Amino acid sequence: MPSVGLFIPCYVDQFYPRVGLATVELLERFGCQVEFPEAQTCCGQPMANTGCADLVAPIARRFVEIFAPYDYVVCPSGSCVSMVRNHYGEYFDHDPTFERLRPRVMELCEFLTEVLGIERVEGRFPHRVGLHQSCHGLRELRLASSSEIVGPAHNRTRRLLESLEGIELSELKRPDECCGFGGTFAVAEEAVSCMMGLDRIADHEQAGTEVLTGNDMSCLMHLEGLLRRQHKPIRVMHVAEILQSAMLAGAAT
Amino acid sequence: MTTHASHTTDHAPQAALFVADDKRAHWHDGALWFVRAKRDRAAQALPEWERLRETASQIKLHTLSRLAEYLEQFEASAHRLGATVHWARDAAEHNEIVLSILQRHGARRLVKSKSMLTEECHLNPFLERHGISVVDTDLGERIVQLAGEPPSHIVLPAIHRTKEDVGRIFHEHLHTEEGASDPKYLAEAARQHLREKFLEADAALTGVNFAVAETGGFVVCTNEGNADLGVSLPKLHIASMGIEKLVPCAEHLGVFLRLLARSATGQPITTYSSHFHGPVSGGELHIVLVDNGRTPIMGSDEFRRSLSCIRCGACMNTCPVYRRSGGHSYSATVPGPIGSILSPARDARAHGSLPFACSLCGSCTDVCPVKIDLHHQLLAWRHEIAARGLLPISKKLPMRLASIVLGHRWLYELSGRIGRWIMPKLPRWMIYNRFNAWGRQRELPEPPRESFRERYRRRNGSAHGK
Repeated sequence: MPSVGLFIPCYVDQFYPRVGLATVELLERFGCQVEFPEAQTCCGQPMANTGCADLVAPIARRFVEIFAPYDYVVCPSGSCVSMVRNHYGEYFDHDPTFERLRPRVMELCEFLTEVLGIERVEGRFPHRVGLHQSCHGLRELRLASSSEIVGPAHNRTRRLLESLEGIELSELKRPDECCGFGGTFAVAEEAVSCMMGLDRIADHEQAGTEVLTGNDMSCLMHLEGLLRRQHKPIRVMHVAEILQSAMLAGAAT
Repeated sequence: MTTHASHTTDHAPQAALFVADDKRAHWHDGALWFVRAKRDRAAQALPEWERLRETASQIKLHTLSRLAEYLEQFEASAHRLGATVHWARDAAEHNEIVLSILQRHGARRLVKSKSMLTEECHLNPFLERHGISVVDTDLGERIVQLAGEPPSHIVLPAIHRTKEDVGRIFHEHLHTEEGASDPKYLAEAARQHLREKFLEADAALTGVNFAVAETGGFVVCTNEGNADLGVSLPKLHIASMGIEKLVPCAEHLGVFLRLLARSATGQPITTYSSHFHGPVSGGELHIVLVDNGRTPIMGSDEFRRSLSCIRCGACMNTCPVYRRSGGHSYSATVPGPIGSILSPARDARAHGSLPFACSLCGSCTDVCPVKIDLHHQLLAWRHEIAARGLLPISKKLPMRLASIVLGHRWLYELSGRIGRWIMPKLPRWMIYNRFNAWGRQRELPEPPRESFRERYRRRNGSAHGK
């Protein structure tokens, strides 16, 4: 089984340890040898997306140094993975260590389906789940087909979720519209960001979503923040948490 | 008339104003989403859609790579057809050329079909200052012209106006019944009003959607037939085109005309795709080729692709920010994603906030019929703005601090521990106040006692006896 270096986004480390733990347990359950290299901090995306390329370069070099020894680097976030895979290039002039690492940095559901070849997850999750399709996973990593592109439809995360016993996925009017998080955008364009988030929530409400999930805790943090302020009953869980708790529930019955 | 507001050009505060009128903002979002959904259906109906996009992209990139040759070829071909070709380095030259042609013919009344280029050059106020009356004959453009404001969308110029707004504007300027908002009645009033303007026009100006280097002809696409009506009566036709509007051969039009209307409005084709080859008999055709800042963009590896734009507006219709903030919040002739790339190229200081008016969702890139990597160019502009030292301190300072913290594991762990420890102890007003933009409408996550790494350490300590 491959050795997996666990890449936990900084905000997950600090605010959502349960998501990181669910990721570890999930990977271990599927037989991976998981290690969390403690020297990691952040991939540098906030700086890069603000334009401060000079601040990113040392962070990017550190990242590659830390994760180079592993067969795969797995992360419960499409956005952070895309940062490394699609946007680190400018900090490494075709450096062979980086080029070797680049394709092996993977989002969790991508790794489960593509590398481990998992088609279905044995588990039980008897809830109506709304999948928020985070943009970077969708349009930068192509974890699913986007609604703009013409061609056969696919969706890795949805396929895994759908394989759970008892689950129902809600059907949205706008299946892949942005939630408005967008990193510092959430603060710099607070009005538009929140309107976008509230619109997503309204779509999930009309679709009967009971548990809102996604591949990126950052989008979910924004949506959860809006939900909690408005005292709405929709629960928020990262997809790793759903898969992991479903497997536990499946094993218990 | 179409002057830009001289107040802030910052996107966020203007967007916030638009969002504050929740009903209108949702109506605007819904109207444009309707167009986006129509586009999706039109695109899905063509199994070869993605191949068309790729072909269009290749044709455009090829043309741009040899633009000088194709422009000269176009000039020669157009000349053979009897047209006069003018070269304008910038907006001022363009406006002077148009004015001098009009003055030579003693033309006082100009009818104009939709042309974003003339908006970009601010031609209307310039001509009006010289005693020439200009009437925009595209219905949407006429509405915003009467309202004294710039278009808010490149294909749907008055999309920010409701039918009730139009009723008020028409009542004031065209003397329609007060309170009338029936679209059919208002359209008929506009039709009668414009008919008069067409009849009394001395000259017509059109934009250009595509010009063909090989033939010297060009195509103007409209849904209202106003370009054809405009150029049919007067003997003088002026066509203004950006130098990037060229395609090499007539057969390439088959690719672009199929993409344009489907992307723009979800129609299989625009109602009128009018091909012009030289002047009408006894008349004159003047084609003004305008650079106005395009050459420097062409010289940039990073941003060259933005010149492939065919101005379909699909990126605006799909942009979740544009739909909720309205075109005027961009303070630019071309708003939305493509405008946020083109405008900073003109003036990075004035338009520096536009590349940040974006959540980097990438929908624009996937919808673009010529495959411009819009969201990557927006990101590249952010880097460019920072590199030119134009980043406001409110963005720069937090990032500098964050990079120091994130650059040192011990500092990162310590700050996290302190933050998570102190947050639950602070009174609510100390966290949720006017300095916390996140918390205006959102709760912050509830900080856990332990970080992931602390729990991982504990877990593995007990599980593996480390």
